[in-house]
Amino acid sequence: MPTITLNRKVFDSLVGKKLPLEKLKDRISMLGTDLEEVNDKEIIVEVFPNRPDMLSVQGFARAFSSFIGEKTGLKHCKVEPSKEKMIVDKSVAEVRPYTACAIVKNLHFDDEKIKEVIDIQEKLHITYGRNRKKVAIGIYPFEKIKTPIKFIAQDPKDIVFQPLESHKKMNASEILEKHPAGKAYGHLLHGKKKFPVFRDSNDEVLSVPPIINSHKTGKINEKTKEIFVECSGFDFNVLQKCLNIIVTALYEMNGIVYSMELHYGNKKYITPDLRPEEMKVDISYINKLLGLELKENEIKKLFEQMGYGYKNKKALIPSYRADILHQSDLAEDIAISYGYENFHSIIPHVATIAEENKFEVFKRKISELLVGLRFIEASTYHLTNKEIQCKKMNADAPLIELANSISSDYNVLRSWVMPSLMEILSGNKHHEYPQRIFAIGTIFKKNDNTETNIEENDRLAAAIASENTDYTEIKQILDYLFRSLNLKYEITETEHNSFIEGRVARVAVNGKKVAYIGELNPNVVTNWSLEVPVAAFELNLTELFDLIDRK
Amino acid sequence: MEIDKIIATLHSYERKVLPTLKETNKFEEIAAKTGLQKVEVMRALQWLQNKKLVRINKQLKEQIVLDENGIKYLKKGLPEKKFLEQIKGKSALDDIERNSGLSKQELSISLGILKSKGAIDITKENGIVVRITDLGKELLKKGFPEEAFIKKSFPLDSSDLKDLDKLAFENLRRRNQIIKANISKIIDASPTEIGQKIIEYGIQDERVIDRLTPEIIKSGLWKSTKLRSYDVKINVPNIYGGRLHFVTQAIQYIKRIWLDMGFREMQGNLVQTSFWDLDALFVPQDHPARDMQDTFYIKDPKYGKLPKELIRKVKAAHENGFATGSKGWQYKWSEEMAKENLLRTHNTILSAQTIANLKKSDLPAKFFSVGKVFRNETLSWKSLFEFIQVEGIVVDPNANFKHLKGYLKEFFAKMGFPDVRIRPGHFPYTEPSAEVDVWHPIKKQWVELGGSGIFRPEMVKPLLGFECPVLAWGLGMERTIIDYYNIMDIRDIYNNDLKRLREIKVWMK
Repeated sequence: MPTITLNRKVFDSLVGKKLPLEKLKDRISMLGTDLEEVNDKEIIVEVFPNRPDMLSVQGFARAFSSFIGEKTGLKHCKVEPSKEKMIVDKSVAEVRPYTACAIVKNLHFDDEKIKEVIDIQEKLHITYGRNRKKVAIGIYPFEKIKTPIKFIAQDPKDIVFQPLESHKKMNASEILEKHPAGKAYGHLLHGKKKFPVFRDSNDEVLSVPPIINSHKTGKINEKTKEIFVECSGFDFNVLQKCLNIIVTALYEMNGIVYSMELHYGNKKYITPDLRPEEMKVDISYINKLLGLELKENEIKKLFEQMGYGYKNKKALIPSYRADILHQSDLAEDIAISYGYENFHSIIPHVATIAEENKFEVFKRKISELLVGLRFIEASTYHLTNKEIQCKKMNADAPLIELANSISSDYNVLRSWVMPSLMEILSGNKHHEYPQRIFAIGTIFKKNDNTETNIEENDRLAAAIASENTDYTEIKQILDYLFRSLNLKYEITETEHNSFIEGRVARVAVNGKKVAYIGELNPNVVTNWSLEVPVAAFELNLTELFDLIDRK
Repeated sequence: MEIDKIIATLHSYERKVLPTLKETNKFEEIAAKTGLQKVEVMRALQWLQNKKLVRINKQLKEQIVLDENGIKYLKKGLPEKKFLEQIKGKSALDDIERNSGLSKQELSISLGILKSKGAIDITKENGIVVRITDLGKELLKKGFPEEAFIKKSFPLDSSDLKDLDKLAFENLRRRNQIIKANISKIIDASPTEIGQKIIEYGIQDERVIDRLTPEIIKSGLWKSTKLRSYDVKINVPNIYGGRLHFVTQAIQYIKRIWLDMGFREMQGNLVQTSFWDLDALFVPQDHPARDMQDTFYIKDPKYGKLPKELIRKVKAAHENGFATGSKGWQYKWSEEMAKENLLRTHNTILSAQTIANLKKSDLPAKFFSVGKVFRNETLSWKSLFEFIQVEGIVVDPNANFKHLKGYLKEFFAKMGFPDVRIRPGHFPYTEPSAEVDVWHPIKKQWVELGGSGIFRPEMVKPLLGFECPVLAWGLGMERTIIDYYNIMDIRDIYNNDLKRLREIKVWMK
């Protein structure tokens, strides 16, 4: 989630009221943001991804001021009509089909303001824009641009300009190879024969979205009074929302917003559209969901505290809100406005029958039996590595690998539990012997007959490490378990490289193989740098439970 | 009186050892006099010292004993003496060799020793010729001091040696395996004031029973014999029992809480398709939560299968809201993406699967689960890649936001956090959404322990078939556990240090 830093002075003046510190902290939390820090100079907050409109100091202060009852209700942002044109060529359909644009005049930039504008742009890029994939935003000094502007796709070799943060002209292919922004975002144009480009009527390049602006026409400074804003991407609605968020913030910097005519072939759109969206309010639904009995006038007041308007049983949703899909979204804003802290806690008198999962009960019983035999339970990870699962165990088990683990120590799913126990014994050499440990855990193997093509089983592994442990001792444990479960089992000789030849066996119940048991091969014991014998078994509890459950 | 009481606690070894201290302080002699084994004497002394009846004094001493050759020479006589005896005024070395039966090595050693003592003269005529001197004759008459030394009774204390003995010791010490000097502990014991009193008072030589045995019980001997009193304050060696892992203990307690409130347990696989983990939960396919860096994906098998009957509905929910009145996310939903296998990132997946199997007649219904979830993070003192999540849902047509707060408050009160607050939060599948904080009485601050909310209709309707409020929460566990056990490094929860597992306090809730 994005963290934003707000200038406290700007914030206080936009809010129109200065709250005492504790109150301020409390209100920020209860508005629905994660507060990180507040001091005299700054407020640092994490904004949830459903509220991109709060990523600027203007947006945040707007929501806050209305929440504390200072400047409530729907703010009307006026859009002055203009005849400025954006011509969208059909060639962009293949690469980046849409753009939504606006012009904002009467701006008075200083360093602080320029920083604010760049901040909004950056935060929106990362969050709502999904790192420029969904939305790329361009802001240009309008004074340096001659309209109409064209949005067109061209051969990257033919797009030649001096990009920002560069001293010389390059073509768009070179930018992707050499320029930092090209390297960072080039993958978004990967494999495209033509690149999207904004050009003005002098054929001057403004930018290649979503990569970089031109140094000449795409950089705002303190002298800039008028700007051209465009958002480009794949979903026109999303672009409009994004544009609305930006121009509303600029409007609150005393900017005057002008519309633009967008020409998509013979279709014409006018952006930005800052009229509120209307949604019919189902008061009974909201009251039922929240457990409240709010009347219409109360609902109206609560809506206004969240920056909405309310008229004729309809909520007027501010044009910068991108997260209102359903009545339940309105209900949440009513809940926030009402104050989460003001809801009573109720446990309704509804009788439901509790039930512990049967397999979980079974596993618990098994654990209790082992604890009674003075075994210590270990709690182990499901993720491990090939060295532990195979090499150190002298075994060759097929393992399921993770695609993207950031740690090479934990990049496979385990196929058996015993290596986890050996790892524990190895790490506890300095502690008193005998050591009797067990673990119950999930193991993974391929199986085309399951939903995920992976089968999961829960296994019990138990091990005794001690000077004088042996096969007899571990078999006594297994034998006791089976007797306690009232199960008969057969033992057959087998071979397993992790165990000593002639001291390892396969255990079956009703012909179903459920366990290995034996003394660990000294080879394996020394691989784990242990110096005492280890006797162990691994039992498939999932299979065993199936057998018992069927009985 | 006091003395009688003390005597009653004395073990039979102690009863034997204490009186002998009247005669000797030396450990060896105590052993000899009492007829006890050395370990038994040592144990008795130790116990007596614990009872403050005896002071044990341990000293390091150099003790001299005969070595291999020393024992041999004690029987046969020293080689230099034999050598000297063979010289009849003047003898050839060859003759001495023949007559004395000494080895070449012994011959040459003897030559050296006798020469240095001035007992012989050596000349070269036809071969080596040895002549005994007056000193030599005197030596034979008086006897060798070294021989006198090895005839002493060993062990000898090196600090007790004087003059000639000391010289003889130094001479012999340089030679091959005749004597050896061991550094050893010398143990003395002397009675304390009370000990002395008891000795004077006299310990009745009555038979006391140390250990009650079946024989003593059967024979009735216990009726006529005193059972020794024990030192009941004695320190005993540690033993360790079998234990459940402390996390398991905590989990069992948490399960109990939900069961007590009428919740049914849910269970499911750790590997799941993205469909269940994300799509069924109305998480849009371009949501940052699906990013590679947060979620563990499976390399092979990369894809799983989708539940046929649900695909169409979930797809519609994403694209247009699926008859819930919602707009949906308005993008083209990809079946391929939904098929990708991953390690479950939250147990809300179990809630989704549970809802998908419910019928209207099953309601109201409450479910919980306590299980592992995964996040692609590096292991560090404050982060784990797999951890426990407590999940709960209430599927009830009459459920509302106040109930959500009620259930959470009840749960955390039982966990030891009576103050709970919820504040606005955001999850793609709940609306309203709420973060859950508890007031930490020691840290004196709100601590975030989970997320909660009411499932969105866009999630519920495709799975359940109709709209119904579903209260839901997913709570972290490890923070509460490390707090309870005062663990600083979160990795220590799962490092299975046996000392910790053996000795850590039991989960007392």
